[in-house]
Amino acid sequence: MASDISKLGLDVKWQDLTLGCTIVGSSTAEEFNTGEWRIDTPKFLKDKCKQCLLCAPACPDSAIPVVNGRRLDFDLDHCKGCGICEKACPFDAILMFKGVK
Amino acid sequence: MKDLVEIRWHGRGGQGAKTAALLLADVAFSTGLYVQGFPEYGPERMGAPITAYNRLSANKIRVHSNIYDPDYVVVVDETLLESVDVTKGLKEDGAIIINTSQRKESLIPLLNGYKGGVYTIDARKISITALGKYFPNSPMLAAIVKVSGVMDDETFLEEMRKSYAHKFASKPEVIEGNMMALSLALEEVR
Amino acid sequence: MAIKERLSGNEAVATAMRQINPDVMPAYPITPSTEIPQYFTSYVSNGQVDTVFIPVESEHSAMSACIGSEAAGARTITATSSCGLALMWEVLNVAASDRLPICLSLVCRALSGPININCDHSDAMGARNTGWIQIFAENNQEAYDNMVQAYRIAEHKDVMLPIMVCQDGFITSHAVENIELLEDDVVKNFVGEYEPDHYLLKDDESIAYGPYAVTNYVMEARRAQLEGLRNAKKVTLEVAKEFEAISGRSYGFFEEYRLEDADLAMVIIGSAAGTAKDAVDALRDHGIKAGILKIRLFRPFPSEEIAEALKNVKYLAIMDRCEDFNGSCGPLGAEVRTALYNKNLHPAVINYCYGLGGRDVTVESLTSVFRDLQKIQETGNNGEFYRYLSVRE
Repeated sequence: MASDISKLGLDVKWQDLTLGCTIVGSSTAEEFNTGEWRIDTPKFLKDKCKQCLLCAPACPDSAIPVVNGRRLDFDLDHCKGCGICEKACPFDAILMFKGVK
Repeated sequence: MKDLVEIRWHGRGGQGAKTAALLLADVAFSTGLYVQGFPEYGPERMGAPITAYNRLSANKIRVHSNIYDPDYVVVVDETLLESVDVTKGLKEDGAIIINTSQRKESLIPLLNGYKGGVYTIDARKISITALGKYFPNSPMLAAIVKVSGVMDDETFLEEMRKSYAHKFASKPEVIEGNMMALSLALEEVR
Repeated sequence: MAIKERLSGNEAVATAMRQINPDVMPAYPITPSTEIPQYFTSYVSNGQVDTVFIPVESEHSAMSACIGSEAAGARTITATSSCGLALMWEVLNVAASDRLPICLSLVCRALSGPININCDHSDAMGARNTGWIQIFAENNQEAYDNMVQAYRIAEHKDVMLPIMVCQDGFITSHAVENIELLEDDVVKNFVGEYEPDHYLLKDDESIAYGPYAVTNYVMEARRAQLEGLRNAKKVTLEVAKEFEAISGRSYGFFEEYRLEDADLAMVIIGSAAGTAKDAVDALRDHGIKAGILKIRLFRPFPSEEIAEALKNVKYLAIMDRCEDFNGSCGPLGAEVRTALYNKNLHPAVINYCYGLGGRDVTVESLTSVFRDLQKIQETGNNGEFYRYLSVRE
């Protein structure tokens, strides 16, 4: 209980807080859906992508998953729509759209 | 010995009155008494008048105040007689012990009419004879033990030998000198 | 087998620390607690303990290092006094809210100003609401015994809070008195190893301490912390019981001295309680029913139990060894009154500020407090609720 972070959230009761509000475990930010803060949304144009992977390290939120050396579609649970990836892409394979999609 | 013996030490910073009070607590402890040994602390420096205290009792001591009506007063530095009211509160059935080379008659006028026992000891002479240096602690300690009768001479010397053996483990050559200072003081305090 | 010794309060606490053999000691020297790290570093140098001693450049750093060290999983100890504790204030709160069972030996000394090195409780009382457990001693024996019990209380899973083990500067810290020590292995077994569930250096686990809490969390965080502090009451008694089994000395939240049938009583903390007992004995010899309640555990405050112990008292003096600048009472005065009020008890109460900056507290001065209570008894007039003892005016 003292380290269980699964009950943390806006409705957490004091009895369910971790000891001293410590957070046990790594990469816990992944559990937090920051994608809901997004104002603009990127679109991944798979056909234009050459898998150069310049976009992935440019993303401040690690919202471009890379598996076996290839990038996948955006992780919209964590993308905040900043548009840095669009500027990083040399092949116009990323387009930004206004609003949340 | 009374149920509770209270002793006040007057000295000057650096002369070891505090150490002497702690040594007395030490040796009295080793004879099975309850003890307190504590100095009065302030911003005093070398040469400033300082006060230290002892309580010795067969019973547990609970009180944690300074001592205002001592049974005995020990004056480690006779120059204090002119600036400090050393007999203040001193019980008339008690005594004052002064480290001096003078005869006690010449000091009595400095004792604010104190009617109790007055003892003197020339701790400097004893210390120089026994140790070749001036450490008034050991002679004054022996003098207060003798005058107060908190323990007999043999027990005192035996316990002090043990204490010195421990304290001077790295320089045993000074043990005999200190023991001699104690023995001389036991004889010469009067 | 108890070891009969004669030690000053500082020597006694340093001895307990040696027997506990904590992992880390960050400390910065300040009178009158300086001797504690001084003795302790000699134990470190002589190889008598395995402790890592961290010299730091201030008390703020000392407590910050304590927090880092304790969070890393190391049993951590420090010592301070007066302005040193005041300089720690910011981080004292962090140590408590991070639920780190650090132990601090506080040798109580007046806070400046005027600058002074002697005893009062203004330092401890200034830190009374930082979330630390606070436990006080009357003499060197209690300072030692409390130190031996400290980690067992602080590190208990239901508590996990830092603990301040307090004694009176110079009055007990520098006075050599008789004491009974426990043997090293007895203390070692009693205290045991510190085995936190989670800590920074734990293999194959990550943990973050002290994360930012948005408004939505802070009240819940405080409430959870309060629960830990409240649990310290139960644990203090459990630990005291176990301690009695190894030492023969019994402890509780407070000590009641001739209180059972007392009409006149005094609530007091620290070394002056011993002096007060002598005053009570003399008054009892004259047929005056006087008694003492000496606080041991001040945080958490054992409010209900204190009220229960005082329920038959008709005239009560509450003794505060600090000026709280409240205007009408001291901290102990306020809290004991609250305890009584909550139980619908209404003895005549006066609250004294006493013993500031080492002002000597004597059998006579404490007897005069009981005389003041008798005066209220005789006249029915409470007079001033908040008074100064032994002040020239």
